[in-house]
Amino acid sequence: MAKSGAASAVFIMDVKGRVLIWRDYRGDVSATQAERFFNKLMDQQSENPSSNNPVVFDDGVTYMYIQHNNLYLMAVSRQNANAASLLLFLHRIVDVFKHYFEELEEESLRDNFVVVYELLDEMMDYGYPQYTEAKILSEFIKTDAYKMEVTQRPPMAVTNAVSWRSEGIRYKKNEVFLDVVESVNILVNSNGQLVRSEVVGALKMRTYLSGMPECKLGLNDRVLLEAQGRASKGKAIDLDDIKFHQCVRLARFENDRTISFIPPDGAFDLMTYRLSTQIRPLVWVECQVERHSRSRVEFMVKAKSQFKERSTATNVEIELPVPMDATTPAVRCTMGTATYAPEREALLWKIKSFPGGKEYMLRAKFSLPSVAPEEDTPEKRPPIRVKFEIPYFTVSGIQVRYLKIIEKSGYQALPWVRYITMAGEYEIRVI
Amino acid sequence: MSGHDSKYFTTTKKGEIHELKEELNSQFKDKKKDAVKKVIAAMTVGKDVSMLFTDVVNCMQTENLELKKLVYLYLINYAKSQPDLAILAVNTFVKDSQDPNPLIRALAVRTMGCIRVDKITEYLCDPLQKCLKDDDPYVRKTAAICVAKLFDINPELVEDRGFLETLKDLISDSNPMVVANAVAALSEIQESTTKLIFDLNSNVLFKLLAALNECTEWGQVFILDSLSRYKAKDARDAESIVERVTPRLQHANCAVVLSSVKVIMQQLELITSTDVVRNLMKKMAPPLVTLLSAEPEIQYVALRNINLIVQKRPTILAHEIKVFFCKYNDPIYVKLEKLEIMIKLASDRNIDQVLLEFKEYATEVDVDFVRKAVRAIGRCAIKLERAAERCINVLLDLIKIKVNYVVQEAIIVIKDIFRRYPNTYESIIATLCESLDTLDEPEAKASMIWIIGEYADRIDNADELLESFLETFPEEPAQVQLQLLTAAVKLFLKKPTEGPQQMIQVVLNNATQETDNPDLRDRAYVYWRLLSTDPEAAKDVVLAEKPVISDDSNQLDPSLLDELLGNISTLSSVYHKPPEVFVSRTKVVPLRDEEELEVESGPEESSGPAPPVQGLPTPTGLPKPAPVNDLLGDLMGLDVNSDGGPAPASPAARTAPPKPILLQASAAQGLQISGQMVRKNGQIFYDLTFDNQGTVPLDGFMIQFNKNTFGLAAGSPLQLPTIAPGSSAATELPMIPLQNLPPPGTPLAATLQVAVKNNQQPVWYFADKLPLQAVFLEDGRIERGQFLETWKSLPDSNEVLKELKDTVIPNVDILLEKLNASNAFFIARRLLKETNQDVLYLSVKLPPNLPLLVELTFAVGDPGVKVAVKTSSTEYAPLFFDAIDELIKSI
Repeated sequence: MAKSGAASAVFIMDVKGRVLIWRDYRGDVSATQAERFFNKLMDQQSENPSSNNPVVFDDGVTYMYIQHNNLYLMAVSRQNANAASLLLFLHRIVDVFKHYFEELEEESLRDNFVVVYELLDEMMDYGYPQYTEAKILSEFIKTDAYKMEVTQRPPMAVTNAVSWRSEGIRYKKNEVFLDVVESVNILVNSNGQLVRSEVVGALKMRTYLSGMPECKLGLNDRVLLEAQGRASKGKAIDLDDIKFHQCVRLARFENDRTISFIPPDGAFDLMTYRLSTQIRPLVWVECQVERHSRSRVEFMVKAKSQFKERSTATNVEIELPVPMDATTPAVRCTMGTATYAPEREALLWKIKSFPGGKEYMLRAKFSLPSVAPEEDTPEKRPPIRVKFEIPYFTVSGIQVRYLKIIEKSGYQALPWVRYITMAGEYEIRVI
Repeated sequence: MSGHDSKYFTTTKKGEIHELKEELNSQFKDKKKDAVKKVIAAMTVGKDVSMLFTDVVNCMQTENLELKKLVYLYLINYAKSQPDLAILAVNTFVKDSQDPNPLIRALAVRTMGCIRVDKITEYLCDPLQKCLKDDDPYVRKTAAICVAKLFDINPELVEDRGFLETLKDLISDSNPMVVANAVAALSEIQESTTKLIFDLNSNVLFKLLAALNECTEWGQVFILDSLSRYKAKDARDAESIVERVTPRLQHANCAVVLSSVKVIMQQLELITSTDVVRNLMKKMAPPLVTLLSAEPEIQYVALRNINLIVQKRPTILAHEIKVFFCKYNDPIYVKLEKLEIMIKLASDRNIDQVLLEFKEYATEVDVDFVRKAVRAIGRCAIKLERAAERCINVLLDLIKIKVNYVVQEAIIVIKDIFRRYPNTYESIIATLCESLDTLDEPEAKASMIWIIGEYADRIDNADELLESFLETFPEEPAQVQLQLLTAAVKLFLKKPTEGPQQMIQVVLNNATQETDNPDLRDRAYVYWRLLSTDPEAAKDVVLAEKPVISDDSNQLDPSLLDELLGNISTLSSVYHKPPEVFVSRTKVVPLRDEEELEVESGPEESSGPAPPVQGLPTPTGLPKPAPVNDLLGDLMGLDVNSDGGPAPASPAARTAPPKPILLQASAAQGLQISGQMVRKNGQIFYDLTFDNQGTVPLDGFMIQFNKNTFGLAAGSPLQLPTIAPGSSAATELPMIPLQNLPPPGTPLAATLQVAVKNNQQPVWYFADKLPLQAVFLEDGRIERGQFLETWKSLPDSNEVLKELKDTVIPNVDILLEKLNASNAFFIARRLLKETNQDVLYLSVKLPPNLPLLVELTFAVGDPGVKVAVKTSSTEYAPLFFDAIDELIKSI
């Protein structure tokens, strides 16, 4: 019993807990109820900041909420609703509104409340998420400025199996841009051990294609290559987990590892993947801290690039946490520039270009006030964070072997492929 | 793209409504549209604009889609408050549902379904019928959901018009989105009825699996959620479903992934081939890990679910513990859930790494997280015997940092480790004792004292250590006092020398004479007796070997775990509670051919168990009351008075305020029913008033009650005269308990679902509150000694507390009179000097024979009443709290 359920209403509230706009889907909750709950929640959070669960039960009603800028989006249910689906739906609402109003904030909501109501009516019915493709929605729900006099009809796509693309798209020049973006997440513990490393990759596509193009993408995926009996040719890779945009035919992929799809128009993530094998951190940072009693603290930092010399990391930024009350920095570094950012309690060391196989040093001194802070509260010790980009390079070695585009009109489309690796959650804990 | 709608929010205050009214009736389209926008803007900010109903509805007939949508939105909000005017909109709705534009047809049906006004609902049927068979799938998918809406308002109508059949046909629809919405609607309808409506047979299954590949991501979630209800015939059947579902694990939408995991986890139960099972687990692991890259709120849901999944299948993520290591910027709620899973996945193989992590967390800033991290180390020690020593070493390292709350938390878990591995690690006690002075939290203090008492013979200066605590004995919280008492006794038994002997004397004196805490006093008396009569026996009792505690990381009961796994991704899996615990809307509609409404007839119905004995005499047969309770004697006198006859009790019932309305005239074609459950002379009556505000005379009333917590059923048929329009009739229907009990295991509910029928109208359903006080038995009085004994014999876990924050007791005597008349019997009264609070002890008995022992703590005239209930079936406690609150408030 009660294995499923739906939302009763969706609320958008400001930071003070005032309801800015809400759509009632079932008539079993009220705005006052939501406001009362929210004030209670805020009180609780000011008392105990840890109590910020995104799913809260109060007086027979479950509140699920996310925060965006200065707004809270909240789905409310009296049933055993699908929490994952509703929370994700709230994030999609944000995406759709951003597509419509560029930024979702209190002002844009007020300025467009008519469209907001229309969208909430179309995206959810009786508390069940219905349709969240911003691009297609904007074909039949329009803001004033773009409104045409002709009566709108629901685009075929809304109910079609291909629900993400409308028919009749025309481009003079048919092009596809495919960016392979890999983010490296690493976690180094305070003993200097690499605890965890992971690559999260995304195939980001921008398509400018006419008609309903059938696309087929070939990767150097080991399972596929082996299935085709060409494992020996070139380097093959194993991906831990692959996620596809809804346009990809999953059953087909399961059968023969073919990635086939009719793409949406414009930008989207065709595929994301994860690889959690042990990898050598591309940029390694070591930091020695010397505390001279309570008067000053010294940092000795070594940054090393551990990739091939023919590649170069750009826009490297090493964020070095310093004590909150540090003053009068004295910094020297062998490359790049270092600036003290007291608002982030950090020293930012920026190196525009960092070729492979190099090592740079930085020394910094800070004064500390002689008055000791209150005892017993341990110091905040954020990790060192590193940002960088390495163009024309992937850690996984993934390669796009081909991207075939077939449309019945028979045009030739040009695919452009780029590779880039960047730092994701790159955390090096310090003692 | 950006609008400028904010201008509609600025309105001139004076004559605003009047102005709007004029503009709404303007002949210029633009002005009209602007006016509607202003009305919606006003509605958005919470102003009441319902008085413009007619004017807004007049704007409904328009070609302009935007304007139409706004008017519809207005209707959804205000139709309920203007049900008679809402009928004005019906014509346009019906017309719109035949519009050539599918967008408008769908809009009309969607909106009509949201207007919960009976008159409108009747007119909805014909358009809905057409739209369910519309050529355009956009209209059909909207109509499918609309059937669920209509069912919620009027299930009979849905059945009569054959909508359920049409809805079932839509499962074979050519359009996948229509199929998905039909599935969502059918699943919802199935949940509110016990009749089988949505039969997941192999034919339906095939269609759902086909639609799964084609429909939108949200539709896939509906279908997968309904598939999780499918009971496969055998292992092969299960395998074939799993085969069709596993590709969904590659979907970018996390909700699709989690719902797929749910289906696979269900079918895994049936699959016998170990190879297939192993292979599936291998397939599920990476998608589960990837969920941890999602938005933090979704990570939270995923982590709560993974917590369940690894309890059922511990090997699935056995090698993935590192993905649960906390990132610095993870929100605390994510960190805490990761911690739980790390404890579950910790093993001899990975414990070193895990301990390093916990140690890092224990030095972070968030106090709550730090405490949980310290506790996690202790829990690992208890779970992994071979790693216990390493865990203890980490705890000792943490104690050395001397952060106050870390030390206290560490001592609490070390006490647990001592209980798990007795006589193994006492060498560290010396280190613990160094932190003695810094302990200021009761639980930490109590833990430390427990350790000292338990190992008193090996700690040279145990007496000195305890002595230092004893100085502040009277000010310590109860928890610490109890531990001090026990530790002092242990010390004395282990080292019966002069020092400890003096100490024990002091402690016993303190605990028996200087305290108001009955637990402490009683425990002290027990020890005293034991020590003075037979110290050897005391040794056997106090120093007995304690049961070894065990690992609590897989604490969920297996059947509950299975139920929760069937609810993966839903709120139930987030709360780790079965849905009925938190779902408030559990309306069960008995459909026609399932169970005819039958009326209890004949006197044999009343031949159930004899009604409770009326007016039990004063307990003369009971043992002589102890000399202390002279107060009790007084009250017994009072009892005699009130027990002398029903007279004192009934005036209260007679002059009671108007009975609560159970069925609104507006919802039931003019029939209003009000009433409440009352207890009189040891019998329960349903005091009902039927008010006919309709236009036709009503007769032939019958009543039926759904199965309910106390099994209440009508003791005789409902006897009512024909009620003419504009008149009313009242009756007192005798009710008999324990006739109509739900199946065992059904959770308790304070609601009574009632169906009423007459010759002129359809069956009306309503739910009433089932006031627990109506079933308090007359023979619920307990003698004081027995009360104490029972109170003590029940473990502390059987005590449930609640504070009624706003409740005030103005006068104790009146309260006692009222309680006594309601069969809540007074046992004793005590005054707490320090706080000037009264403590009342009461006894209550629920049918068939369940005593509740009650303690009320309050200050007369001040808001706030603390209620403690001790009973062998604590599940009644929440109902009791409501009942006592009502009783107090009714004086």
